[in-house]
Formats: sequence, structure tokens, C-alpha cells
Amino acid sequence: MTSARVFFFGGIASYRALFGWLSPWVFIPSLLVAPVFQILLFVYIGRSAQLESDEFYVIGNAIQYAAIPCLFAMTHLIAGERFQQTLGYILITPARRLPLFLGRALPVVVNGFFVAAFSLVVGGAIVGMQVPASAWGPIALATAVSAFSCTGLGLVNAGLGFVVRETSVLSNIIFGLLLVFTGANVPVDQLPRWMQIVSEGMPFTHGIEAVRRLADGGALADVWGLIGLEALIGVVYGAGGYALIRAMEVVGRRHATLERA
Amino acid sequence: MTTARLLWVGWLMQMKMLARSSFNTLLGIVYPLFFATVAFFMFRAGDDPKPLLYASLGAAVMGIWGATSTAAGGSLAQQRWHGTLELLVAAPAHFALILLPTTIAMATIGIYSMASTLLWGWLVFGIDVQIGDPLAFLIAVPATVISIGALGFLLAIAFVRFRQAWALGNMLEYPVWLVSGFLVPLTLFPGWVLPISWALAPTWGIDAIRGAALGGSPWEDIAMALALGAGYVAIGVLLVQRTLRAARTKGTLALS
Repeated sequence: MTSARVFFFGGIASYRALFGWLSPWVFIPSLLVAPVFQILLFVYIGRSAQLESDEFYVIGNAIQYAAIPCLFAMTHLIAGERFQQTLGYILITPARRLPLFLGRALPVVVNGFFVAAFSLVVGGAIVGMQVPASAWGPIALATAVSAFSCTGLGLVNAGLGFVVRETSVLSNIIFGLLLVFTGANVPVDQLPRWMQIVSEGMPFTHGIEAVRRLADGGALADVWGLIGLEALIGVVYGAGGYALIRAMEVVGRRHATLERA
Repeated sequence: MTTARLLWVGWLMQMKMLARSSFNTLLGIVYPLFFATVAFFMFRAGDDPKPLLYASLGAAVMGIWGATSTAAGGSLAQQRWHGTLELLVAAPAHFALILLPTTIAMATIGIYSMASTLLWGWLVFGIDVQIGDPLAFLIAVPATVISIGALGFLLAIAFVRFRQAWALGNMLEYPVWLVSGFLVPLTLFPGWVLPISWALAPTWGIDAIRGAALGGSPWEDIAMALALGAGYVAIGVLLVQRTLRAARTKGTLALS
């Protein structure tokens, strides 16, 4: 019962605190306007290069942009608390760590889903993307799983936040890697072989592919495998990120370096 | 003489400070490479090498705007956080002479990104950019940097009343990349976009750099970039005076 309270109320309180900083003046330009222009940038590059359809870039970039809220908000889990000098208070509590950290991840998944869905709908409307009405439900599912998967990677990012001072630099670099490797703009089969192998293990790769197939009229049953893989990748990253956070916490306590990075 | 010295020292000091920041150096160099890599993959699919050369130069200049937009948007807020804004405003020098070299330095840091993108394109994608007119290229690059820095100056002034001005500057990164024709020919855009493109100095800057590198007449583009830059500075100076007068009257300089 206590763990459930830590999970839900701790997560909500943390998210509300984040929004103390992430005001509409930040949220609207950074998370609603910027992704639409990222979509338009690549749509027009795609038209210039005559490589893929507009729909290809709308879906790829809308899903991939969920990385911004997912990575940055999860990094805030450690770096933001440290900046506000509250990290020590959180880590000294007797609360179980699993609900403590996962509770903070849940609102991030919801936010990442919202940003991706908004970008998909608005970007798609601007370029005139046609999607069967029956496909929107499964697309929402695949988008939510993609946001979950990237939040898992965000937990790894949060763990690295114990030892990396410039977490925003790190988050931006991971965002860039996701832009290149996940097939958001370049079909995965056109990447060099080693990049294809890397992309198989990255968040979004399978989610983006699933959404593209659904938008082309595919059935949910046809993409269950892709959605399942995307979820599995999220679970693996999430577990790895949680283990990293716990390990870094121990190291931080042992060497008194929690506030140092 | 004092004005020239102030601009030079302000630019130099800001360059030193920016060079110490991994956000402005490491990220400024690496981040545009991701976009350049995607663009190179996309344009490489065709048989014609011209689009790849076109994209290589465009991607290289993207970093200059990328280094300027967010940093310039939030530059006054940053001075506010540091507690130095009031001191700078109270200094006998005109505030524009302090702010202008700051934003030009931000654009200058983008040259790191420009060089790294051209190097990346050459090493990884085999894009060999031959500079057709080296003299024009050597003039076009600083002209572009100065004009983009001037646009950053105008943004910094325009956003002074916004607490989270960096987010507004960040928001403008993609639109300027898009409508300035860094990677996409302007002919692909709807007609109503063209006047916006023409009003942006980066449009003329990238045309000048492409003209100097790939053959063409860059001098008109250089002149247009500099003229627009001068226009941004003139508007910015007028806005500075109005903004500072209002802030002094209401006592809101530190409270925005």
C-alpha cells in the first residue's frame, strides 16, 4: 500500500514540480511547435531528395520527437533534484526505490505519448496525410509503447546523470542518435549493416515501423510482433536504467559524491 | 575607437566564455552532425552528386544558426540569472554595444560546427567540396556569421520580456533551417513563404557561401546578408532604448 502511494502520489508530485519549471512558455514552443517544424523540415528534405512519401517523415519524426520529453524529464529525475539540492533528501528516505523511480517515469510516458500524438495529428493534417479511421486506435497503442520504450532509455540517462554534469548535452546527443538510427528519416534497410544492427536495439525503431504499417492499412494483428519488441526493448532499458541508478546511488553514498557531478 | 574596442573586447570575452561551455562547444559541434548525417543519407540515394554538395554546405551553415538561436534568445535572461544585467545596463556604454558582440560571438562559435560538418561529410560520406572562389568564400563566411549574429541580437531584444526566452529561440531553430533553404531549395515552398525567406539574412548567407564554393556570383548575396544584418541591428538599437526606458520606469529590469 505504501509502495502504491509512493508510486502514484510521488510520481504526480514530481511531475507537478517539473511543471513548475516546464511552464506553457516552455512546453508549447519546445514540445508542440518544434516537433511540427522538425516534421516539416524532413518532409521538405524528403520531397527534395525524392526518397519517401510525406507520410513516412511525418510518422518517423512525430514518434521520434517523444524522445525530448522522455529523455529530458527522466534526466531531471536525478540532475534536477541535485540542482535543487533535494537529491539527498529523496535518497535518504526509507521508501522502496522501485516505486519511487518508476512512479516518476509513468507521467513521463504519458507526456511523451501526448507530444508524439499531437505531432502526428498536426503534422499529418498539415501535409494532408490520409490514415484509415480504424487505424488510429492501434496507432495510439504503438505510440504509447514507443514512449514507454524511450522512457526506459531515459532511466539509463537518469542513471548516467549521477556522474555526468552536462545532462542536457547527453540528452541532446542521445536524441540525435535516435534521429539517425531509428529509421525516422532514412529507411533502416538503407543504413550500413552495423547501423541496422544497432537500430534493432534502439527505442522507436520497431514502434515507428509498426505505426507506418498501421497507417498504410495494416491490421493490429500484423504488427503485434513489432509492438511486442518495442515493449521488450523498453523493459530491458528500464531494468538496466533502474539497476544503474541503484548502483550509482551506492557509489554516491560510498564516496560522498551525490552532489558532486 | 572606444566603440571598436568595446565590440572587439566584448566579442573576445564572450568567445572565451562560450569556449569553456560543453553545451556551446561539444554539443554545438556534434548536434548538427546528426542532422547532416540524416541529410547525407537522404541525398546520397540519388545518382547526381550536386544535391549532396548542396546539402553539405547547407548542413554546415545550419550549425551557425543552431549555435545562435537558443543562446541568443536567452542571453538577456542569462545575464539576469548571473546578476550582471543591471550592471551592464548601468554601464556608460550603450547596451547595444555590449549585447551585439555577445550574439555575434554565439554565431562565431558555429564555425566549429561548420568545419566539423564539412570534415564529417568528406571523411564519412566522401563529399569533396571544392571552393571555387576562395576569396569570396573567406568573405562570405564572416558576413554570414555577422548577419546571423545580428539576427540573434534582434531576437535577444525582442524576447527580453519573456522569462523563458531560450525556449522561444529554440523554437525558431527548425523554422529558420527550413525556410532559409539550408537543405531545401526555396522553389519547393509555397509562394507566401518566399518573402519570409528573403527577410532572413541566413537565406542570403547560405546563397553567398554556395555561390562562392560551387560557382556563381556571391557578391550580391554577401551585400544583402550584410544589409539585412545592419537592418536588424538598427531595429534592435531602437528596441533596446524603448525596452530599457520602460524597464527603468517600472523597475522591472530584474523581474521579467
